[in-house]
Amino acid sequence: MPRELALRDALNEAMSEEMRRDESVFIMGEEVAEYNGAYKVTKGMLDEFGPKRVIDTPIAELGFAGIGVGAAMNGLRPIVEFMTWNFAVLAFDQIVNNAAKTLSQSAGQFSCPIVFRGPSGAAGQLAQQHSQTFESWMANVPGLKVISCIDPADSKGLLKSAIRDNDPICMMESEIMYGHKGLVPDGEYLVPIGKAATRKEGTDVTIVSFNKQVLTCLDAVPELEKEGINAEIIDLRTIRPLDHHAIVASVKKTNRLVVVDESWPFAGVSAEIAYEIQKYAFDHLDAPVTRVNSADTSLPYAPTLVDEYMPNVEKIVRACKEVLYMKA
Amino acid sequence: MATATKKKTTTRKKVSYSREQHIEWYTLMLRIRKFEEMALRMYGQQKVRGFCHVYIGQEAIAAGMESAIRKDDAIVTAYRQHGTAIGRGVPSDKAMAELFGKATGIVKGKGGSMHFFDNTNKYFGGNGIVGAQIPIGTGIAFAEQYRGTDNLCVTMFGDGAARQGALHESFNMAMTWKLPVLYICENNGYAMGTSVKRTSNIIDLAKLGASYEMPSESVDGMDPAAVHEAVTRAATHIRAGKGPYYLEIKTYRYKGHSVSDPAKYRTKEEVQQYKDRDPVKIAEMKLLKDKILSEDELKVIKAEVKAEIDQAVQFAEASPYPDPSELYTDNYLQEDYPFIRD
Ligand SMILES: Cc1ncc(C[n+]2csc(CCOP(=O)(O)OP(=O)(O)O)c2C)c(N)n1
Ligand SMILES: [Mg+2]
Repeated sequence: MPRELALRDALNEAMSEEMRRDESVFIMGEEVAEYNGAYKVTKGMLDEFGPKRVIDTPIAELGFAGIGVGAAMNGLRPIVEFMTWNFAVLAFDQIVNNAAKTLSQSAGQFSCPIVFRGPSGAAGQLAQQHSQTFESWMANVPGLKVISCIDPADSKGLLKSAIRDNDPICMMESEIMYGHKGLVPDGEYLVPIGKAATRKEGTDVTIVSFNKQVLTCLDAVPELEKEGINAEIIDLRTIRPLDHHAIVASVKKTNRLVVVDESWPFAGVSAEIAYEIQKYAFDHLDAPVTRVNSADTSLPYAPTLVDEYMPNVEKIVRACKEVLYMKA
Repeated sequence: MATATKKKTTTRKKVSYSREQHIEWYTLMLRIRKFEEMALRMYGQQKVRGFCHVYIGQEAIAAGMESAIRKDDAIVTAYRQHGTAIGRGVPSDKAMAELFGKATGIVKGKGGSMHFFDNTNKYFGGNGIVGAQIPIGTGIAFAEQYRGTDNLCVTMFGDGAARQGALHESFNMAMTWKLPVLYICENNGYAMGTSVKRTSNIIDLAKLGASYEMPSESVDGMDPAAVHEAVTRAATHIRAGKGPYYLEIKTYRYKGHSVSDPAKYRTKEEVQQYKDRDPVKIAEMKLLKDKILSEDELKVIKAEVKAEIDQAVQFAEASPYPDPSELYTDNYLQEDYPFIRD
C-alpha cells in the first residue's frame, strides 16, 4: 500500500535506506545531527546511525564540501547537505573545480561519488541572498549531474539512485516544499536519473517545468481549461542530463512549447531547452518557444516585488496563449 | 594594552562615566529592546515576514561600541542587525517600515530584516551569508587606509561565522597590511542550534587572533561600560596606524536563532543566568540607585521610547508597498539597462 509522505520524510527514507544498505554512505552538514536538520529532513538519523555517520559541521561550507570530495575520492559515499544552495556558493570551488573534474583530471583513476543536496529557489520574502535558483548554474558544469524534484515518491527514488551513482550529483530540493505530501510506494524502488515524467497528458501545448514550479503549472490547468487549452505538463526531474527525447516527443504531439523555469532567463535551463527544441523539433513547432522565468533581477523583500518576480499562474496562462496565438 | 601574542581577559579599572553617558547607554539599549519586542509582535501579526533574527540580550554591545567610535567610522555586520543599525542612527520608523516591506523603509522595502543599509551613517549593511562581511569589512578598512583617513571599520560577526575560512584569510591580510579594522566577534554561544563547543576544540574565541599576532581581548558583552572601554582601547591602537584589533565580546541571545527556532537546545537555567544580568534592567537599576535619574525622569524616558516605537509602527502601517516597477530599479546603475523581459 502506498503511504502518504511529506517530501522531507521521503528524502529521509531514501538516505536512511541507503545508509542501512551501504556502510560507506554518511551525511554531513550544518545542523543535520542534533538539531535533526534545519528543515528536519534528517530527523532521527543521528539516533539510528550515530555521530560517526550523521555529522554536524561548523559553518564552513568550503571546508566540509572539500572534506566530502576527499572522502569520496578515497572510497566513501558522502551526502553533503547544504542548508540551502545559496550557501553552497561558498563551496563552488570544491563542487566545480574538484568534484566535477576529479575523474577527468586523474584520467579515470579517481572518481567522486558524492551527493550535494539542499533547497534551491525562492521561498517567500527571504530577499536577495536567500532566494536564488541554482539548477542552471550547476547544470552548466560537465562532470556533474543535476536533479531537481519535489514530488515525494520520485525524489525518494532519485535520491537513492543518486547515492548509488558513481558520479557527483547535485540534488535541488525546496524549503517550502518539504511539507508537500504525495503517495510513496512501499518497498525498494529506484527512479532513474535523466528521465522526465509526464504529470498531465494534453494535446494543445507542452509545458516543461521542474521543482516546485511544476505545481504552479498544475495550478494553471483549470485556468487553461477555461480558455479551452489542454496542456501537457512535463516534470523534468533531472536537469542534467536533460531528457530532451521526452520534450521532443511531446512537442511532436502539441507543436507548441512553454518552459516554466524559476531560474533567471539568461543562460538558464529554459534557454537550453529552447535551443534543443529548435534544433530537434524545428519542423514540428507552430510557434516560437516561449518561457516563464523569474525576473531578470535580484529578488527583493517586499511582497509586491516578490509577486512581480516569480512565475505564477497568470504568467503561465499568458505564455500558453501566446504560443497558441490567442488574444491576451 | 593587550600584548600582541597573548589574549587577555579585561580586568576593568573602575572608570566613572558622566551622567549623560549612562543615560545614553540606557536609552539606546531600551530603544533597541522595545523596537525588537514590537518587531516580534508585528511578526506574529504577519506584518513582518521572512527571516527575522532579534538582538534581544545583546544590546549592550551596540551601546558600548557606538559611544567609543566616531560617526565617520564604518560598520558592517550580519543579519542580526536591527540593534547595530539603530545604534548607528537608522531611525526606528524607517527600520520598522523596512521590516514591513514598505517603500519608506531604510532600503525601500527591498531588504527586510536582514539587510538594512545606510550610507549617510556609514552603515555598510546586514549581510545574510554567514561570514561574508568579514572580508568586506576588511576591504572597507582598506579603502579608509588607501584614502589616508584615520577612520576604522568595525566588522562584526557571530561565533558561528568565526568558523568560516574567510576569517582567517581576512585576519592574515589585515595584519600584513596593517588595516584599520576592528573585528568584533559577538559570541552569543550558539550558531543556530550548535553551541560553540561543538564546532571546534578552540572554544576560547579570543584565541583566534593569536596565530596572526593580532591584539585580542575577551570582553563582557552584558555591560556597555566594559564594551566601551575595550573598543576605546582598540580604536586608539587602530588609529595610531598599528593595524587591526580583535574583540571577542561574550553575550547571549535570549530568543531563538530566528522567529522560527524554539531553541530547545538550551536549558531554561542557562537562559535565566544571562537574563539575570540583563543589560537594560541593570542599567535602569543603576540609574536609580546612583540617583542619576529620579523615578519620574525614568518614566519620561520610557514614555518617549514607547511613543517612538508606536509612531514607527504607525508610520510603517501607513506607508505604501513599493510599486512592482521597483523590481527593475537598483539592479544596475546604467539607466537603460536592457533587461530580458520576455
Ligand atoms: C554561508 C552560510 N551558511 C549558512 C547559513 C545559515 N545560517 C544563518 S545564521 C546561521 C548561524 C550563524 O551563527 P552565528 O555566526 O553565531 O551568529 P548568530 O546567529 O548567533 O548571531 C546559519 C548557519 C548562512 N546564512 N550562510
Ligand atoms: Mg552566535
